[in-house]
Amino acid sequence: MEYCIIGNSAAAIGAVEGIRQRDKTGRITVVSAENRHTYSRPLISYYLAGKVNMEKMYYRPLDFYEQNGVRFIGGEPAAAIDTKSRKVALACGDEIPYDRLLVATGGKPFMPAIEGLEKKNVFTFHNIDDVLAIGKAIDARTKAVIIGAGLIGMKAAEALAVLGVEVVVVELAGRVLSSILDEQAGTLVREVVESYGIRFVFENTVKRVLGEERVTGVELADGSRLECDLLIVAIGVVPNTDLVKNSPLTVNRGIVVNQRMETGIPGIYAAGDVAEGDDAILGTKRVIPILPNAYRQGETAGLNMAGGEAIFSGGMAMNAIGFFGYSLATAGVMGGSGYEELAALDPAEKSYRKVVLKDNRLVGFIAVKNISRIGMLTGLMVDRTQCGFF
Amino acid sequence: MKKVYPREEYCTGCGLCQVHCVTAHSPYKSNIVKAYKKTFPRPLPRVIVEEQRPVSFALQCRHCEDAPCIKACITGAMHRDQATGAVINDESRCVGCWTCILVCPYGAVARDERGKKVASKCDLCSGIHEVPACVAGCPNGALEYRAETESEA
Repeated sequence: MEYCIIGNSAAAIGAVEGIRQRDKTGRITVVSAENRHTYSRPLISYYLAGKVNMEKMYYRPLDFYEQNGVRFIGGEPAAAIDTKSRKVALACGDEIPYDRLLVATGGKPFMPAIEGLEKKNVFTFHNIDDVLAIGKAIDARTKAVIIGAGLIGMKAAEALAVLGVEVVVVELAGRVLSSILDEQAGTLVREVVESYGIRFVFENTVKRVLGEERVTGVELADGSRLECDLLIVAIGVVPNTDLVKNSPLTVNRGIVVNQRMETGIPGIYAAGDVAEGDDAILGTKRVIPILPNAYRQGETAGLNMAGGEAIFSGGMAMNAIGFFGYSLATAGVMGGSGYEELAALDPAEKSYRKVVLKDNRLVGFIAVKNISRIGMLTGLMVDRTQCGFF
Repeated sequence: MKKVYPREEYCTGCGLCQVHCVTAHSPYKSNIVKAYKKTFPRPLPRVIVEEQRPVSFALQCRHCEDAPCIKACITGAMHRDQATGAVINDESRCVGCWTCILVCPYGAVARDERGKKVASKCDLCSGIHEVPACVAGCPNGALEYRAETESEA
């Protein structure tokens, strides 16, 4: 059996480990646009802040490919998939035949239509090359503007603040981490982060990048201006479906897959940030671009590529994240109309917990500061436990 | 693989399992007094005593076969020891992101924030003692170290 995996991050590694649970001898080829040993994308902010070195970035030991009989082709992006003759063409012209193929090309930063993004010192915050370049571009006198107070923008802001950079975050919504935190939790987190010198501009966005060759500032939608010599675009991440644009694969936002991670084209699977699989809580298909989901989807794909009968139905949004030692954990939906909410706030401790229920089932929670044993709630969500009894 | 199983009918909730756990993970593996008087910071207990009178039992990592913590770990620090089957956190690679805490349905992973932030969990005393210290130290035989398939003693 010839396996080909396009991608080299959590979903790809999950697939290798899934395949090897069932097939110890089949040939596995991993193709990656980046010529690097598999590393953890969520750790790039830690790397920038100097909390981990390159060696600690590696997602698996350095002998991982060797131990798992993987042929690794790095620095050679896949250019096209020939679904009829079952071959992947690389940019260099080489072809890789496959019996089973996994598309795990991940996500790519969403770039808004802002004038001037091509200027020097404008960065995204997506891979190790981004933070290596940002690291070179900053010193303690640097002023940075970050567009987006989501997970990526907030971790970028924290890392830069640790390095002594003056940081302003511009966010279209009215609070930080608006996709995972409610008003109350967002306020608590903002206050903590502001106490470390990071400033926020809410309900506003960058309209234009100022400067000649290099960024010198930004003009906001309300006409005001912020001076800066570094700009990070962290608005979000979208599925990197470029490779399959003109293929017979069904692409909605991401590549649509069933619970076996099959795309509908025989022999081809998709997993991770490029895939649109089931959200167990919302009951819809959705891209859930988080590492635990990517690994699970990849492993499920790998098991099935090797002839197994694995399904993954437990996909859901969940995040454990922290800023300056202040921890949060969230999962599922944050509430709103149609949901029952139970919340407890301790203003002195700056801790907050909220659970969200629907039809007696736990469908979401937010835990701020006190996250002890919070996985027990995640477990109730995964198992779809009836909670009326509690 | 062998795991630790509670026998709640014999557990009095005395907490000695935690004392022995702390000791085993201190530099003084078998000396309770030195572990408590000379270790700063003292290790966190990796066993929890669940208590709702009259029921109590000691709970530690279940070393799940399909371990959510391993699969969710963002660094690869949480891994399975291929020799013993135990779920082990390589603290040198752990960054304390707490994703393992977010996904552990038993609440068996704790935050250790006293030095470098790391996730703290039961390692079955791998490389410390043959039989986990909590089992060996329980005065009532309320913890057993056995394979899942073996019946209770």
